[in-house]
Amino acid sequence: MQTVFERPQSLKDVPSHFCPGCHHGLIHRLVAQNLDRLGLQQQTIGVASVGCSVFLYAYLDVDVIESPHGRAPAVATGAKRVQSDKFVFTYQGDGDLAAIGTSEIIHAANRGEAFSVLFVNNTTYGMTGGQMAPTTLLGQESATSPGGRSAERDGHPIRMAELLAQLDGVAYSTRVAVDSPQHVRQADKAIEKAFRLQRDEGRFAFVEILSTCPTNWGMDPRRANARVAEEMIPCFPLGIFKDTQSQEGNQ
Amino acid sequence: MSQSTPARVFLKGNEAVCYGAIEAGCRYYFGYPITPQSEIPALMSSELPKHGGQFLQAESEVASINMLLGASACGARAMTSSSSPGISLKQEGISYLAGSELPGLIVNISRSGPGLGGIDASQADYFQAVKGGGHGDYRMIVLAPHSVQEMYDLTMHAFDLSDRYRMPAMLLGDSLVGQMKEAIELRPRPEVELPAKDWIVTGKGGREEQRIVKSLFLGDGELEAHNRHLQAKAQALRANEVMAEEVALEDAELVLVAFGAAARIAKTAVRMAREAGLKVGMLRPITLFPFPEQHLARLAETARRFLCIELNTGQMVEDVRLAVNGRREVHFYGRPPGTGSLPTPEELYEQIRESY
Ligand SMILES: Cc1ncc(C[n+]2csc(CCOP(=O)(O)OP(=O)(O)O)c2C)c(N)n1
Repeated sequence: MQTVFERPQSLKDVPSHFCPGCHHGLIHRLVAQNLDRLGLQQQTIGVASVGCSVFLYAYLDVDVIESPHGRAPAVATGAKRVQSDKFVFTYQGDGDLAAIGTSEIIHAANRGEAFSVLFVNNTTYGMTGGQMAPTTLLGQESATSPGGRSAERDGHPIRMAELLAQLDGVAYSTRVAVDSPQHVRQADKAIEKAFRLQRDEGRFAFVEILSTCPTNWGMDPRRANARVAEEMIPCFPLGIFKDTQSQEGNQ
Repeated sequence: MSQSTPARVFLKGNEAVCYGAIEAGCRYYFGYPITPQSEIPALMSSELPKHGGQFLQAESEVASINMLLGASACGARAMTSSSSPGISLKQEGISYLAGSELPGLIVNISRSGPGLGGIDASQADYFQAVKGGGHGDYRMIVLAPHSVQEMYDLTMHAFDLSDRYRMPAMLLGDSLVGQMKEAIELRPRPEVELPAKDWIVTGKGGREEQRIVKSLFLGDGELEAHNRHLQAKAQALRANEVMAEEVALEDAELVLVAFGAAARIAKTAVRMAREAGLKVGMLRPITLFPFPEQHLARLAETARRFLCIELNTGQMVEDVRLAVNGRREVHFYGRPPGTGSLPTPEELYEQIRESY
């Protein structure tokens, strides 16, 4: 019999604590299989953030530093500067990266730090109970936007992949989703590309991943998945917003 | 450096911190500009690259303390420096360093506050430094130099203590010791034995177990055990690492207690008192944490009275009172910091006469 699907070595064989239908587990798998594919497990330092993903070290079999809320890019900067031959990535939610940690991500990206950033955008603060995030869609109900997010009161959803693409330090900025098999394959490729850019060229790459939070959205997992395509992608278009390699290739 | 005959040089206190740090093996500096500590980042930016190290000007104090956290988790001797408002911003990171048992040096060339305050010599950050300005039940090593030589020596010592106890250390200076120039000896780094850093993240590199640097403990009883472990380290510091200077204490009936800039001025006042025939001495805490409680308790057996002098409205005096424990009177004289409010030796001598 031919094995077509198995657990990546970098992913531990443990039960998951994530809510049913949450995409964090799936994204962890994508990270793990790319660490395996590129032979990075033994030289990786993961930087975990605060939020549902804080237990990164419980699932990935790599060395991990846990950082304060939003500060993962600063922690990763210190880590990578000391161990420049290691592979370093941060794993951050939207509350973490696009609210409290906006300054840290913009400046690490602008410096072109040689690490990779995985940005999980579920349009809410998952761990603290579904409050409004900077990425919450207009009209979206949350624990702190009763009646739905209003542009006048709360401002507009923030598009980090586009924003960071403006910065000279960034080699690659893309947005992917994991709501369908086709999108999962694209996300896999995007993570691989980001990781290669660090491993081979020491460049900063940013991968925004649209994902679900069925519990806080008050939806069953299937409905939550459908929401990604129906409501999120129209506001957060998928695509590559910067790819220095392909520009160089085009010249 | 590490030469056998120490070089004699004329340096500013802030510069001495840099040479002390480099001699101690610090190779990473992360910081953000603020007066009156600007000489530190300036000198580090030119010196560290010469020693194979890196200087990085961060986008904020918040970022710089977290860069230190990352560098420390990866095994480097690293430091940051700032002054009072900037130290407030670093408190979250300091708490995480303490919770994650990470070493690292934080230099506070403190200034006056609250708020933007002013840039004059001040000891208004005593509470913040020794009582844990960040959240949670933690302690950190706090050393208080009162001369340029000590700015150099105690910087080296702070790194060693910090590594030995896996705890952040603060060098609490002020603009007086930071800005003044004195001739000092650039002594070679003392030989000390330190525990191996077998906990740092390096990438597994074939290692069976992954390494995790963290401060989150959710399992039943886990956090309590962790906190007890942190407190045990604080106890060990109290037992083993207290440093204090004793000035004319043998027969002292009145004991001054002062640290840093205040102690420098008080020393002159003590000399004036001795010349006038008054039996006055001084205890100068060099470690503010661990605090010289035992020294003070012992002095309370013989001295009649204590006079605590600070450049604030009364912070360390609370710890002096705790140590003296009601056995003797403890007087306080302090001047809230600000331009023109540094006390003169004559002024302190007056206070000595009143308290005697
Ligand atoms: C300084 C600080 N502020 C607030 C919190 C509380 N907090 C924990 S997780 C979180 C939100 C995380 O949301 P997000 O980054 O979107 O991740 P998710 O849980 O959705 O995966 C917040 C606000 C904290 N831990 N620290």
